[in-house]
Amino acid sequence: MHKAQSKTAAVSTGAKVVLDEAGFAQLFKVLAKVGYETIGPRVRDGAVVYEEISSPNDLPIGVSDEQDGGHYRLVKGAPGAYFEYVVGPTSWKKYLFPPRQKLLDVARNGNGFKAETVVENDVPYAFIGVRPCELAAIRIQDKVFGYDPENKSAACADPGYCARRSKVLLVAVNCSRAAKTCFCESMGTGPQAKKDQGYDLLLTEILDKEKHFFVMESGSKRGSMVLDVLPKRKATDEDLRAEENALARARRQISKAMPPDVDKLLKKNLEHPRWEEVAKRCLTCANCTMACPTCFCNTVEEATDLTGDHAERWRLWDSCFSVDFSYIHGGAVRPGAFSRYRQWMTHKLSNWHDQFGTSGCVGCGRCITWCPVGIDITEEAKAIKYTSR
Amino acid sequence: MTNTAVKTKEKAKGTQKGDPMLPRPFRVMGVRKELADTFTMELKPENGGAFFFKPGQFNMLYVFGVGEIPISISGDASKTSVLVHTTRSVGKVSSAINALKAGDTVGVRGPFGTDWPVAKEEGMDLLFVAGGVGLAPLRPAIYHAMNNRKKYGVVTVLCGARTPEDMLFMNEVKGWRARLDMEVRLTVDRATDCWKGCTGVVPKLITKGSFDPAKTAAFVCGPEIMMHFTAKALLENGLPPEKLYLSMERNMKCGVGLCGHCQWGADFVCKDGPVYSYDKIASALSIKEL
Repeated sequence: MHKAQSKTAAVSTGAKVVLDEAGFAQLFKVLAKVGYETIGPRVRDGAVVYEEISSPNDLPIGVSDEQDGGHYRLVKGAPGAYFEYVVGPTSWKKYLFPPRQKLLDVARNGNGFKAETVVENDVPYAFIGVRPCELAAIRIQDKVFGYDPENKSAACADPGYCARRSKVLLVAVNCSRAAKTCFCESMGTGPQAKKDQGYDLLLTEILDKEKHFFVMESGSKRGSMVLDVLPKRKATDEDLRAEENALARARRQISKAMPPDVDKLLKKNLEHPRWEEVAKRCLTCANCTMACPTCFCNTVEEATDLTGDHAERWRLWDSCFSVDFSYIHGGAVRPGAFSRYRQWMTHKLSNWHDQFGTSGCVGCGRCITWCPVGIDITEEAKAIKYTSR
Repeated sequence: MTNTAVKTKEKAKGTQKGDPMLPRPFRVMGVRKELADTFTMELKPENGGAFFFKPGQFNMLYVFGVGEIPISISGDASKTSVLVHTTRSVGKVSSAINALKAGDTVGVRGPFGTDWPVAKEEGMDLLFVAGGVGLAPLRPAIYHAMNNRKKYGVVTVLCGARTPEDMLFMNEVKGWRARLDMEVRLTVDRATDCWKGCTGVVPKLITKGSFDPAKTAAFVCGPEIMMHFTAKALLENGLPPEKLYLSMERNMKCGVGLCGHCQWGADFVCKDGPVYSYDKIASALSIKEL
């Protein structure tokens, strides 16, 4: 890694510093120099998506968004703001758990075959602009895939995920506004990143008529090493107050909430009539599962080449909303839309606790925004709660 | 670049270390046709070694370039040099498995899943109830009972099939029936010319007096509807729900609790099943399309 250039001691984790626009731009240069491929938000096709970026100019500057059930528009935000929008249709899972991954190369060998695990040598990613809800989502997928560097006896369920994840640098951004569909607060994941949420660097953007700067702190040794070499000054009380105000504004704007104890609620209501009711609206289009940053269901496919001498095994994203998902000889276990919607919602909000020890939902609101008919998971939970068995 | 963050698993029986999705090549030593659409194959590891499993477990079987499906192991668990699978052709991959010949290679990942509790139920009478090809996942447990006969009380095997031509392992079952230390009763849904035995669905074989509810453990495997009515008959005749074991089936793409397809409530049937005691799943079984 980069050696510290300044004579002062390395920035300790948690100590808050301030970077100006130039300092923040320097971050991109440092990451590129060290060898990271930087991924961050940019505007494409009318949405904010996560793609390669190389400087702050690639960010959606001055862009904000308007989100609601089945509704997403980019709108003009505060001029010059780098991070005013919130989450878009894609999530970081696109990089850590790609939609298509080759697992094995298999070569025919006489009557037999030889199979080899694909070892990926990807350049390490640096993610800039990870929202607190997304940090939580990454932690959730870590549990699913068995990534736990603190635990020597943890078994990694997907070597590809663990390899990518161990190399990624997370530069998180606190939210200073919330969309109508956000409900991170009720899920305990935002709008402010918590110290143990696993970021390497965390920033809060402060922007007003006079100034534009970033309050930053490191959350790890790797983060400190990067922050070390960036031009910065110590954060003053006024800076910290501005940061608090930005976060308070985000909190004030959150209008949705998941009812507490929804995991127990859903277990008691597996035969509630609401499932049939939502099935009348749900298209089982699987948008929610694709947009969701924690959904991990996948399928495995074999592919051969024309010679028939080589085969490949691929892992692809899949969705519990397809009828095919539960197909066994004799038919699908869940042919009805009601049971498929129930499967998704009860897995996300209830069964996930039994399987992985936490909720599967981080309150990012994507499933609400990107549902073509605007089904709102918080409203469905409330509807069941107020008519619970 | 080495994956230092990837910790290898503690030694898993029969699987490769490190990558849970990597199949181990096994050579087909022989194939026997059991029924028109059902074949048994005997496999040996290509690179030598043994294969250890517990009765009731399954492997993910891979046919080069075609696909991979979960198939219960149907052989004797005490014979660790040979792996036996009985497969019925119901789709693309199962048909490809049944087209394999001696000398071909098949990929094996496993063994996965929970097993028939043959150790836990020592001392009890054992009642095996099989519907159709459900006899295949039960057979290793039946072998275990025969190999450890003194550890169990009365051993009864009830087998049902649609027609006499669909009765699996018929010659072997006749051999079991000839033993003085096992009781075997067969039934078919629909008799054809030469059949002189019982007709009717297999739950009809379960009546008061066909087992002692105070000291029986029942292992049931077959189509879900057959298991449903068999369970009903057993429970109505006094079998405690915690002594009734079923083997459940769900769509599986990975076998290691990662693809999500086999989820049933909060369970992954590949890890938390396929063998379950009825008391643990009674409420899940009653919920439509769970």
